Amino acid sequence: MTVYVRVFLKEGVLDPQGKAIHGALHRLGYGTVKGVRAGKLFRIEMETADAAAALAAARKLADQLLANPVIEDFSVELAPDGASR
Amino acid sequence: MTAARVTVVLFPGSNCDEDAVIAARNVMAAEARLVRHDERDLGNPDLVILPGGFSYGDYLRSGAMARFSPAMDSVAAFAEKGGAVLGICNGFQILCEAGLLPGAMLRNAGLRFVCKDVFLRVETKRTPFTLVLNRGEVLRVPIAHGDGNWTADPETFRRMEERDQIVFRYVDESGRETPGANPNGSLANVGGICNAQGNVVGLMPHPERCSEELLGNTDGAKIFRSFATALLAHRS
Repeated sequence: MTVYVRVFLKEGVLDPQGKAIHGALHRLGYGTVKGVRAGKLFRIEMETADAAAALAAARKLADQLLANPVIEDFSVELAPDGASR
Repeated sequence: MTAARVTVVLFPGSNCDEDAVIAARNVMAAEARLVRHDERDLGNPDLVILPGGFSYGDYLRSGAMARFSPAMDSVAAFAEKGGAVLGICNGFQILCEAGLLPGAMLRNAGLRFVCKDVFLRVETKRTPFTLVLNRGEVLRVPIAHGDGNWTADPETFRRMEERDQIVFRYVDESGRETPGANPNGSLANVGGICNAQGNVVGLMPHPERCSEELLGNTDGAKIFRSFATALLAHRS
């Protein structure tokens, strides 16, 4: 199974990268862009066919390593079939 | 009187480890040695230094991988028993990731790697590294980092201030805490903090890079000398 883990800085935590990208988009004329948050996306391949087990493992490893719970939130989701490469 | 025993932990990607060893030897006349990240025996030290650098390439987040090194289990146990730990730059980031110090590091507010001298005001004498300094004393110390924007949630920060856990703040040359004196956007100009007990200290600036006349500045030596004095007091 393949699981996606998304990590973003928590709401309210300053995101210097998102802010800089936001500014750049405005300078490029994308005036409708209201806000940008930069995050990280991990695609994790697991040797299991059990979706619940894969998601549980992904949550555990995200909490332990991929995200720093002091400043970041994460979400996990199963990748659609065929997205394993 | 036996010399102070200092252990500097060497992670893959550390690059200030030798500087820390040399500062410990030359300033504190310490018996200083390196212990690799994959070793567990710290060698009964009086002080553990986590040096600057880019441990594990600073991949994922600065310090995120280093915290899981076998040596860090021993550092955590040592700190738990009241052992003195000093984290410099990447070492500070590792201590935050490991939960041995509160808060976390964000990318510098200006997005750039900043390499220059800054002024640090001593905020408390309660740690072994600031014992012989004066509160309000200003030190000139170099920084060199991209992720030094320390932050914490408001409740955590309030408790830290109550418990006197802010050790250094970025100030201007005359000791005033101004936004312009803050090189990385850290919360409330914080440049260094300690744990609730005061035995674990982390700071972004590099005292080991300004501890000898040869280096053109000796302000950093005051931090190491302070520890040597604290150790003498502790032993007597």
